[in-house]
Formats: sequence, structure tokens, C-alpha cells
Amino acid sequence: MQINVISKNIGGTSGVSDTILATEGLTREFRGFVAVNGVALSVRAGTIHALIGPNGAGKTTCFNLLTKFLQPTRGTIRFKGRDITGLKPAAVARLGLVRSFQISAVFAHLTALENVRIALQRARGASFDFWRSESVLSVYNDRARALLDDVGLAEYADTAAGQLPYGRKRALEIATTLALEPEMMLLDEPTAGMTHEDVDRTVALIRRIRAGRTILMVEHNLSVVEGLCDTLTVLARGQVLAEGDYASVSQNPEVIAAYLGTADA
Amino acid sequence: MLGFSRPQAAAFLVMTILVIAGPFVLYPIFLMKVLCVALFACAFNLLIGYVGLMSFGHAAYYGMGAYVAAYAAKGWGLSPEIAILLGTLTGAALGTVFGWLAIRRQGIYFAMITLALAQMAYFFCVQAPFTHGEDGIQQIPRGRLFGLFSLNSDMAMYALVAVLFLAVFLLIHRIIHSPFGQVLKAIRENEPRAISLGYRTDDYKLIAFILSAGIAGLAGGAKALVFGIATLTDVHFSTSGGIVLITLLGGLGTVFGPVMGAVIYTSMENYLAQFGSWVTVTQGVIFVVCVLAFRRGIIGELAARLRIAL
Repeated sequence: MQINVISKNIGGTSGVSDTILATEGLTREFRGFVAVNGVALSVRAGTIHALIGPNGAGKTTCFNLLTKFLQPTRGTIRFKGRDITGLKPAAVARLGLVRSFQISAVFAHLTALENVRIALQRARGASFDFWRSESVLSVYNDRARALLDDVGLAEYADTAAGQLPYGRKRALEIATTLALEPEMMLLDEPTAGMTHEDVDRTVALIRRIRAGRTILMVEHNLSVVEGLCDTLTVLARGQVLAEGDYASVSQNPEVIAAYLGTADA
Repeated sequence: MLGFSRPQAAAFLVMTILVIAGPFVLYPIFLMKVLCVALFACAFNLLIGYVGLMSFGHAAYYGMGAYVAAYAAKGWGLSPEIAILLGTLTGAALGTVFGWLAIRRQGIYFAMITLALAQMAYFFCVQAPFTHGEDGIQQIPRGRLFGLFSLNSDMAMYALVAVLFLAVFLLIHRIIHSPFGQVLKAIRENEPRAISLGYRTDDYKLIAFILSAGIAGLAGGAKALVFGIATLTDVHFSTSGGIVLITLLGGLGTVFGPVMGAVIYTSMENYLAQFGSWVTVTQGVIFVVCVLAFRRGIIGELAARLRIAL
């Protein structure tokens, strides 16, 4: 009887079938310091979900746990109903859960086109063929150019990524991530350090690419969150403080206290 | 041509002409030494220049390649091509084990692990009977290539070394400009990002390490046949250090840099030898100047000035 129960749990994504990513009791300790503490996160497919919270709340640690760049001390992570807690980061990416980084992560000495092509090249599987000319990769050039065009970088195709201005680097990063056609994207502060103009451009970009995808993003800029996100999860000191849409969360006294500090603190 | 850009093709043509014309002007033994060291430096550069891995123990693969090729030619009386092949495989096999251990750590720790493992290889060579300790393996016969062509004349040997050099140089160029090479460069630029795109970067690093160690073994094997000796100097850490300096001097991350570095370094060793310990002093001064004045190395600086890739 016991066996039956277990197999049922593994087989079905029972009940909440539209949940694409779910964590249970997600915890990460660093030598006694608990950075993330028992976080239960549930992201619905097709939504933009924001993870917000004051500095040091554990947002980026959470991201690192979800993408397996860090191993959780306790807890489970399920992606599309599958337990990914024990997987390696590269394997998680291949399942369609792809992240960006807080600092712009581009391949600086490669051209913008090559940057995107590195991601497109994943489609051939592992590229261990060191004896073959890189000209076999030119089949991806058109798709790469289309992706660059999509994020407004068409004219920079042959520029070294390191030479691009900051906002453009972030756009290139998104184009590279999009090249994998991930079902779910994790964006770590996509608008951090950007000028107003770049923020607007990025928000418009995220709106365009959300079709058919789920996005989980860490974001400090609350006006961005307000206009863009369907659901918010507020983290403070490694724990979930509140969850809901922008209107309800922004009224929550605990959230206000966490951001501004309590009057009697 | 062969995936070369136009300036690179021109540089390769010049290099080929120099390699062919060289022995008619200069002492062939000296030139063979340059070519062997250049091969070794190219192998090292494949790791540091294109994957960003700083191996501080490359003498282990070079030296073990030399010893095994030497023993195969002298002890077993095998023909030179088989001896060199065995040297190459030895380098690759040792690189598989050492690389597998070392790639688990990054940066300075990676360098220290490769150094520590190379020191173990060195002490193995000091103790193992087949290396003859301080004496080394001497009077290695060059034998007959494919059992047909005698390599006893320096010109015949030079022809073999030159062909090996040019072939491996082209192979390295191909590795760098392959789909595999693209991923290597991505790892060099930003490894976490490469992982987040779904690449198992450890696999790529290990394969690059094995290729590099294999080519170092080939260089060592060829060197053993050229000079007829394989000694402890070949596995000593000063050899590992030397190859780092050669690559820095020529320009790491450039295809031609290590070759240029090898030419200069070997020439200094050769032509300044009469000044005794002043060689080391001169080398030191040159490296200080290099690091202070042209950090990209000679070829790297040249390429940056001319805005081309070399």
C-alpha cells in the first residue's frame, strides 16, 4: 500500500497543475547563518512573478538555489512536476529553467552575434567536436540576427559584447537567454543600474517576451514591479513575509515595516 | 583559408617560409629546439589563452612524454613515429588524471593543484629506475621513420619536426575555431554564464586539458629524439615556469604569440649561454619590461596596434 502512495505522488502533479515551479521548505544555511529559511514558493505558469524584499533578504540566494548554483541545505524544488533538487545547474538549464545574473553576464571578447550563437549552439547538443570548423555554426547566424534585432541590437551584431553600453549588455543577455527558448526565465534585477530610458526599454522588452513563458524576477524598482508583475512574493530575513498582487502586498503593514523599519524599532 | 583571417593567413605563410628556409641559414638543432618549445608553448596557450586555465605543471606532460618516447625508442627499439605517438598518449593519459583532479578548483587553487601533481610526477621520475635518475635516458636512437627513412641526419630530423610543428599548429588553430572552441572561449569569459546556458563546463575543460597535455607530450617526445636525451630538467618545475614566461612574452590568447615567445626565449638561452648566470638576469629584466610596458605580449601588442587578430 505504501508503495502505491509514493508512486502516485511522483506520477501526478496533482491539483495545482498550472504551477510550473514550486518549492517546499527551501532552506540554505551558511555556517549557522540561515540565508533562506523554509521558503515555499509557487509560481504559476504564464505569469510574471516578482521576488522583492530589502537588501539581504535572500533573494539572490533563492535564485541560486532554484537554478542549483547553490545546493539547498533542506527542502525540495519541483519544476514542471519534476523534482530537480538533486540536479546540476547545467541540467536545470537544459530542462528549460534559465537564469540571468545580477551583474551583466556577457562573453565580453566575443561579438554580440557570437554571444547569442553560444546559446543557439546548445541545440546541437554537446559541442565536443574540436576538429570541425566553426563555419558549421553559421547556420545559426540568421536566428541570432533575428534575436538581436528583437532586442534592438541589430546594428551591434559584430561589436564585441564588452564594448556595449550597460543597458545594451543587459539586452544582449536577455537575447542570449531567449535563444534557448526557455519555458521559464529567472531574471536577477533586470533593470538594476539602468537609466530611465533603459528601464523603459527593458520593461517593454520583458512585456514582449512573456508570451508563452513564465518569468520569475528579482526587482528593486517597485514601479517596474507594479506595472509588470502578476504576483509578488516578499522576502525578509530569508522568509516569506507576504504574497499576493501588488495592491494587497503594498498595503501589508508587515511589508511596509520590513522596508521602512518599524516605528518602535 | 583553413579558417584563417587574412592577416593570420599572411602570418602563417611567413612562418611556414621561415620554417622551411631556417635550416639553410641557422643551425638545425637549434631550430628544432625552438620548434619543440614552440609546440609546448602552443599547448600551454590553448589552456590559458582560450579556456583561462592557468596550469603550473605542464612540464609533467612534456617530461613524461619525453621519457616514454625515449624509453620506447631505446629500450624497446620502436620506430620514431611510434615513440612520439606513445609520448603523446602518455601526456594525454597523465593529463586526463591530473586534469580530472585539478578542474574541480578555480583560479590560484587550480594552478597550485597542477603544480603539486607535477611535483609528484617529478619525484616519481627521480625514483623510477627506468629514467636513470640524474643521468636521464641518453643516446636515444632517432631510428628510421616508418622503418624506411633514417633520421640520423639533422636535416631529415628537421623535416619531421617541421611537419609535426606545422600540423599541430594548424590543429590548435582548428580547435580554437571549432564549435568546441567557441564554448571554451565562453567558459574563459564567464563560466557561470556558460553553465546557465546548459553547458557542462567541466567536460569541456577536461577535454581541453587532455588535448593540451597530449600536445605537450608530443613536444616532449619530439625533443627527446632530436637531442637523444630525456632528463629530469624536462619534468622540473622550472620548465613549467619557463613555458608560462614564454607564453606571456609572446602574447597569451594569440595563435602566433607562443611561437614568437619560444623563438626569443630559446635564442636568449642559446646565444647568451656564454655569459653564464647573466642569462637568468637578462631574462628577468626582459620579463619585467614585458609586464610593465607591453602586457599583452609581443604579438598581442602588435595585433592590438594593427587592430587585427593574430
